[in-house]
Amino acid sequence: MLPFQIPEPSAYSRYAVVMKKIRKQFPKVLANDDVDLYVERGEIHAIVGENGAGKSTLMNQLYGLYSPDSGEILVGGEEVVIHGPKDAINAGIGMVHQHFMLVGPLTVAENIVLGNEPVGAMDVFRYQKARQEVQKISQAYGLTVDVDARIEDLPVGSQQRVEILKTLYRGAEILILDEPTAVLTPQETEDLFRVLKNLQKNGKTVIFITHKLNEVMAVSNNVTVMRLGKVTGRIPTSETSPRKLANMMVGREVLLRVEKSPHKPGSEILRVDSLKVKDNRGLMAVEGVSFTLHEGEILGIAGVAGNGQTELIESLAGLRKADSGSVFFEGADITQKAPRDIRELGISHIAEDRFKYAMVREFSVAFNMALGRHYKHPFAKSGFLREEEIYQNAKKLVEEFDVRPREIHILASNLSGGNQQKMVVAREFAYHPKCMLVAQPTRGLDIGAIEFIHKTLIHFRDSNVGILLVSMELEEIFSLCDRILVMYEGSFMGEVKPDEISLEEIGLMMAGQTWEQVEGERA
Amino acid sequence: MSWLVALWETFTNPVFYKLTLSAATPLIFAALGGVFSERTGVTNIALEGIMLMGAFMGVAGTFLFGSPWIGLLLAIVCGMGLALLHAWASINFCADQIVSATALILLAQGLTGFLLEPIFGQPGSTPIFPKIPEVKLTFLGTDSFLYRMIGSLSPLVYIAFLLVIVSWFLIYKTRLGLRMRAVGENPEAADTLGVNVFRIRYFGVIMSGFFAALGGAYLSIGELGQFTENMTGGKGFIALAAMILGNWKPAGAMWACLLFGVAQALNQQLQSNPTLAISSTTKPLFNLLPFVITLIVVGGFVGRTRAPAADGVPYEKKG
Amino acid sequence: MKTNLRRVLIPIVSVFISLLVASVIILWIGEGGFGERFVFLGDAYRAMLKGAFGDTAAWMDTIIKMTPLILTGLAVGFGFRAGVFNIGAEGQMAMGALTATLFAVNASSFPAFIAIPLTVIVGMLAGSVWAGIAGFLKAKTGAHEVITTIMLNWIAYNITNWAVSGPFNDGLNNPRSPEIAEATKLPNILSSQATFMSYGILIAIAAAVVIYVILYKTSMGYEIKSVGFNPYASEYGGINVSKNIILTMAISGALAGLAGTLESMGLYYRFYGTLTSGKGFDGISIALIGQNNPFGIIFASLLISGLRTGSNQMQYVGVPKHIVTIIQSIIIFLVAAERIITSLLRLDKRKGGAA
Repeated sequence: MLPFQIPEPSAYSRYAVVMKKIRKQFPKVLANDDVDLYVERGEIHAIVGENGAGKSTLMNQLYGLYSPDSGEILVGGEEVVIHGPKDAINAGIGMVHQHFMLVGPLTVAENIVLGNEPVGAMDVFRYQKARQEVQKISQAYGLTVDVDARIEDLPVGSQQRVEILKTLYRGAEILILDEPTAVLTPQETEDLFRVLKNLQKNGKTVIFITHKLNEVMAVSNNVTVMRLGKVTGRIPTSETSPRKLANMMVGREVLLRVEKSPHKPGSEILRVDSLKVKDNRGLMAVEGVSFTLHEGEILGIAGVAGNGQTELIESLAGLRKADSGSVFFEGADITQKAPRDIRELGISHIAEDRFKYAMVREFSVAFNMALGRHYKHPFAKSGFLREEEIYQNAKKLVEEFDVRPREIHILASNLSGGNQQKMVVAREFAYHPKCMLVAQPTRGLDIGAIEFIHKTLIHFRDSNVGILLVSMELEEIFSLCDRILVMYEGSFMGEVKPDEISLEEIGLMMAGQTWEQVEGERA
Repeated sequence: MSWLVALWETFTNPVFYKLTLSAATPLIFAALGGVFSERTGVTNIALEGIMLMGAFMGVAGTFLFGSPWIGLLLAIVCGMGLALLHAWASINFCADQIVSATALILLAQGLTGFLLEPIFGQPGSTPIFPKIPEVKLTFLGTDSFLYRMIGSLSPLVYIAFLLVIVSWFLIYKTRLGLRMRAVGENPEAADTLGVNVFRIRYFGVIMSGFFAALGGAYLSIGELGQFTENMTGGKGFIALAAMILGNWKPAGAMWACLLFGVAQALNQQLQSNPTLAISSTTKPLFNLLPFVITLIVVGGFVGRTRAPAADGVPYEKKG
Repeated sequence: MKTNLRRVLIPIVSVFISLLVASVIILWIGEGGFGERFVFLGDAYRAMLKGAFGDTAAWMDTIIKMTPLILTGLAVGFGFRAGVFNIGAEGQMAMGALTATLFAVNASSFPAFIAIPLTVIVGMLAGSVWAGIAGFLKAKTGAHEVITTIMLNWIAYNITNWAVSGPFNDGLNNPRSPEIAEATKLPNILSSQATFMSYGILIAIAAAVVIYVILYKTSMGYEIKSVGFNPYASEYGGINVSKNIILTMAISGALAGLAGTLESMGLYYRFYGTLTSGKGFDGISIALIGQNNPFGIIFASLLISGLRTGSNQMQYVGVPKHIVTIIQSIIIFLVAAERIITSLLRLDKRKGGAA
């Protein structure tokens, strides 16, 4: 399992980073359990594992956001004590987080120099000098960016470049990237890999955290595999494969694709006609889309985050007013209906951000299970709650959907992320919907939970429910969907079937090419 | 018809402009305080209480130490102390900032009312003391329109406008200001770059105490020469409305405060205008004006202006 | 289990600490040496207890004062449940009292069993509308209810002052309204010498029970709590957030309006400019001490009422009655920053363990 040669302490100076016997305990979980990490100078090192394996925790300690309970960290052979980001920066370590650490209203230059600003007399901030220095670095590493633009006006790919420049400005020799491709199209991912290889040529060391095995194969030199807080594999990339890595990640054979038999879709259940929806800033996020969803099918909407999928689903669920266009459910116009009415009609919604939208953390599991139906039979009568019914319902669902622990009276905040999602899914499924709007149902879940939810979605599709699935995970889309719509900047680039298109081609569509263009390039 | 005459009489009266400046000054101080605090991400609605404390301590200092300037100093120290409590609760203990601030307003009201008898020997209000001497611009000619308008203002009026410029410079042109703005928008981002979020927030909140205390002191030792119970009468909240209207910017807040100052001056002038001859029973209805305006501003403009993104959200370091 | 213990412990410790601080202040303003000051402190506390619970008249006084306090406490506490901070109870109480008195003065032609309920309804409605303004603004524009309700307090203050000095004056040049009709006066449960206790206290307790049932046993309560905890999830769950915010403020205002109404119908039999005298603000500390729970609020209002009646007596010993405001402010501060107390307690426990 560990064919990697573990180096002798005398050889540590050859390594950019050595982390030995790192232990980090959180109140409910041992996140890092005697973890050892060896990263050679000038390599691109991947750390893989499922959600909750402890990868981010490990890197956060390297960057000083957490402190290890025990263990040591050596940079370039020298032991370092890292109390905070400033120490890490001094040691030549820079980090690009999964959720960007950028200040929206400030400019690129201001964001990059923040904390290390050039100053003059009376603490005056020398903006001109700052932008010059940023320009210099930007050109040196080939990371083009408009230094005077405000961050909140830039697209995600540019923002990531700003994050990388932040580390380089501070003289980082070792760059940590946490799930850098989560928000990128396949093409932007290619660009990123080019940047990483360029950095490597310039003598930098790169550590990146990911759960996407194809990326590991594409760009890394060595891989460390983590599972449940421990290291379960340490191997040169050339000597492994996605299947072997998946095995080390989960400890058993993993079905990378869910089993599903073809199912014949029924009649039309949801029809969307030239729907336009504005986003929070008043700009048009959905630019007049039209599509049809049938009973017994899973229709996927693929695309990078921020291309209008969120606003589309919110509009269908009644959480956001449509600007124009119409939505028909079983023939009736439901375009501007309120969330309650839409649910009453038989449309369920699994929201993309469960913390914020799908559950009330301060309510018990039982009360959460009643949300959405808390005012009607069987949970209420003449305005009064019927607690026995609420509790019975919750007990049943908790069993059926394997929510752990099986305690219906504890607060929802006491459940783990995966179990919270199962609770939400249980509730929405239990309303026996005719149609489901599902957004990012498996984000942040471990493989066991993911498999369960996928199986349940297929089961519902086989029971003639029409499911609209929005996901940023192409694996999930390909695995579950009967048809796929690709969304880019508020419009659909085309409709495809999963077995008729390649990953690269769908990536092109996600980046703005229409199906016709892609198909044309085939010939 | 008599209304138009009254308005004309008001606008051509130099006293109206003097009253405007006088009414705006305490608001400007307090609004600047609000800006400093909220820009770093901590709401501070206790401005009303800090002003009251400043007003009381200004007079107390004058009484106990003989000089209104020492009174001013005492006011500033106590104001910053009160703000420090708010900072401590909000930043170190992630308290509900609104409730904590409400507590401090009550504390100020209670303490100032309570200390009247022990210190001054009488409840309800203090005797009259010499206030901070006005800046007399006698070169304007003591009978001229200009002189009656701006020729004998308290030095605090000048200081208020000066501080608006200083605040603008600090917030937009210095490193400290850049860090303040970063911390108010995305404290986590600033933290990951080694900026000390806690220290910046303490600075913002304590400065709000500094400014608000000055505003309160103006009311007592700058204008009246005495302290009466609850003399701030809601001005702290009007200052908050001005801050919102001014989009959390020093200059914007200043203009908004001038607007409220106009409303206040108009109110006073119309009430005492001989052409209108308002009866004493109707006067309270005029006093409504600033509050109704504030209500409209807060109700109408909140959505249109933008608070710092992390305003009011306690920052907790992880791990 | 732990959470429930915490919820009771925090207010109790807050009260204890604030009394400690108040004691220090009293010591500070005392005269003479250490010994004399402690005697002074003792006199102060003795006076307070005597004023609050010393004899039947004192007890009755304390309970009479509880009536409006229970209601303003419920008003603020109910608001907190929906995530709304109603500092406007003072103004809502005043508007409720004014409107009810206005109606009651002109209601002499009705028999009591009609007049009394009608007056109550009118008063509650007035408070409801006054609070509803702030609720509406918050729901539709996001205006912060703290600022709007405080502005409404000042506006109510000016309106009521104008009313009793001008058009609604009793004709004798006092800043008070004429007396209400006999039919609208609340009957008394007890009377002893000059003190009489009306049925108002029972109405207040009944209101607490009703609020309890609403909050814990109905769908309305479910929705209100949901909106208070997580407005996003509430909307997602089909709950109309705007409607619930306005409804909460309306109910909250109705409770505060009822407080003012009962003061007029059961105690003063007219409207004074000073009728509310801070009872609306007392509701804040009562709600916080009572942890927004109707029964906790009843206990908390007993505490604050005792402090108030006691402080009247303390004045004779030389302690200004503002001490009660100071005590309340410290309690509110500590409950708001409850982590101060929780970390203090853990600190104590650690010391105990080491020894």
